[in-house]
Amino acid sequence: MAFGLAPREATQGNVQRIMYLHVPSVWVAYLAFAVVLVASIAYLARRSEGADRLAHASAEVGVLFTGLTIATGSIWGKPTWGTWWTWDARLTTVSILFVMYLGYLLLRGMIDDRERGARFAAVLGIVAAFNIPLVHFSVYWWRTLHQPPSLMKPGPSTMPGVIVAALLVNFAAFTLLYVYFVTRRARVLRLEAEAEA
Amino acid sequence: MVVWKDLLVERRSKETLNAVFFFGLLLLFLFQFALGPDRERLAGTLPGLLWLGFILSGLLGLGRTFVAERENDCWEGLLLTPGDKSAIYVGKLAGNLLLMLVVETILLVLFGFFFNLELAAVLPALAVVIALGTVAFAAVGTLFAAMTAHVRARELLFPVLLLPVEAPVLLATVKATEAVLLGEPLGSVAHWLKLLAAADVVYVAVGVLTFDFVLEG
Amino acid sequence: MASEALIRVAGLRKTFGNHRVLDGLDLDVRAGEAVAVLGANGAGKTTLLKVLATLVRPTRGTATVAGYDCARDAERVRGQVGLVGHSSYVYEDLTAAENLTFWATLAGLKLTEAARAAALAAVELDRAADERVRTFSAGMKRRLSLARFVLARPRVLLLDEPFTGLDQRGKKWLEEHLAAFKAGGGALLMTSHSFGRELAVADRIAILAGGAIALDTARGSLSADDIHRLYTLHAEEAS
Repeated sequence: MAFGLAPREATQGNVQRIMYLHVPSVWVAYLAFAVVLVASIAYLARRSEGADRLAHASAEVGVLFTGLTIATGSIWGKPTWGTWWTWDARLTTVSILFVMYLGYLLLRGMIDDRERGARFAAVLGIVAAFNIPLVHFSVYWWRTLHQPPSLMKPGPSTMPGVIVAALLVNFAAFTLLYVYFVTRRARVLRLEAEAEA
Repeated sequence: MVVWKDLLVERRSKETLNAVFFFGLLLLFLFQFALGPDRERLAGTLPGLLWLGFILSGLLGLGRTFVAERENDCWEGLLLTPGDKSAIYVGKLAGNLLLMLVVETILLVLFGFFFNLELAAVLPALAVVIALGTVAFAAVGTLFAAMTAHVRARELLFPVLLLPVEAPVLLATVKATEAVLLGEPLGSVAHWLKLLAAADVVYVAVGVLTFDFVLEG
Repeated sequence: MASEALIRVAGLRKTFGNHRVLDGLDLDVRAGEAVAVLGANGAGKTTLLKVLATLVRPTRGTATVAGYDCARDAERVRGQVGLVGHSSYVYEDLTAAENLTFWATLAGLKLTEAARAAALAAVELDRAADERVRTFSAGMKRRLSLARFVLARPRVLLLDEPFTGLDQRGKKWLEEHLAAFKAGGGALLMTSHSFGRELAVADRIAILAGGAIALDTARGSLSADDIHRLYTLHAEEAS
């Protein structure tokens, strides 16, 4: 279903290619969490089981892509700055999101009553989504207003067209991957629910 | 009405206030011992420590918001009353705000005492920052306390859920407190204050709108 | 006396996880009528009451109180219904009087000193009005939770095994109270797993077995022994 992720040739060294995985995966993570928000609101408004399963599946895949973002960011960082971890704006933001939505999955796992778990998760999904811009701004200000600018900025501000194209291609690829995972996962959840009833 | 009831219960049992107060005191001592008497180092980390103290004490207090409701199924009883359940949320929020502000005031005074701070001049500005931050914290905390009230590992899940969500608030308040303690005017951290205000509005709105769904069940 | 059904349940089904507790239950209760639902433990009696009290949503089927649907118009139903169950809904650290003030205010009632005192007197708790509930016996707590409905006067009372745990005097008192409620035009739905005073108060007796009503008959039509026999029969069938 998903076509291969082939990073284009880049003029900077090979490690730079990780950016082609790193940046699109954070975009897809944001997409996933936006879907969680919409599905959560839909569930609370209309109690549709399908909306709940969509929220659940999207959160799982979102956490997956967030984890991927962190991992690729870390791998990129090691040879570039000599350290596995750095508190730059994007990694920090993504880590906070990672833990927030991990908490979402944890909450779902710990409530036995399906209907209550779905409701609470929906509320959490809404809170978390509205929190994302707050996280984004606070971390960005935290890093850029008080630190010397030698740290990596969230992304180069002007990029040659080829790189932009490559990023968009990978974004499209990842989005397809996301859709694939979510539909598969949602179907599994539906089968599980039917088996129980 | 809810606030009246909670205050009465608290006055009779004094459980929560005592627990939170002693916990805060304990934290204070721990900080002293952990960081040693080096004044320079202390001064730099002070805003962070202060808010760490507020938040950890707050976690303890907020987590217990609905503990009285677990006796005799009063939770169900609350659900059964006709009318808008958001009023219950606002009531609980007000009670929690009161609790946190009292504890924060005491902790602040003790901090000033132990670390020899000159607080008089910056008090109004500090009060603004603390008020904004506390509302953000209590708003989400009350909502999450309701959600985790019936979960098995409540004491574990509550902080796990609350802390990541409060991360931006923590950043904002520490940065703003830092500036205020250094004597800078509030205007210099206006962006942080706006963030806090926005967070306050968003959190309380979401809390009011979704509390119905949380109380059910 | 109006004879519309205040409580109307049709095709009610409730499943918890794998377990189907109620399966196609139909029941009507009219104003001024009392129905006793008998059933073994675990038969679903409490679930039925919870659905009517809007604490639990039906998986399928409908339940309405005074014309309002329990799932969709839950808030309206809550204003019409009083639930007296195993839980007493009282705060241990408050006094009896304070508990009443709290619950009455939350229910939107304007409470006067006199009204509160009268309610406490009606449930014979006037002397204990200023004592903390923590010191009360189970029966006293039950009476306090009933006092709420002396004040609120719901149109429907749902009682879960109300005579269990009461002494002779308490049972007599409850019987009188329920009869007065009926006379005032309210509808009563009681559950029980044994054959006690409920039968005296009830106009109709229904047996809940296998998730549905297996028998629904007016009280006078069968003798107590008959009822007992049928009950045991249905209970065995269902298990």
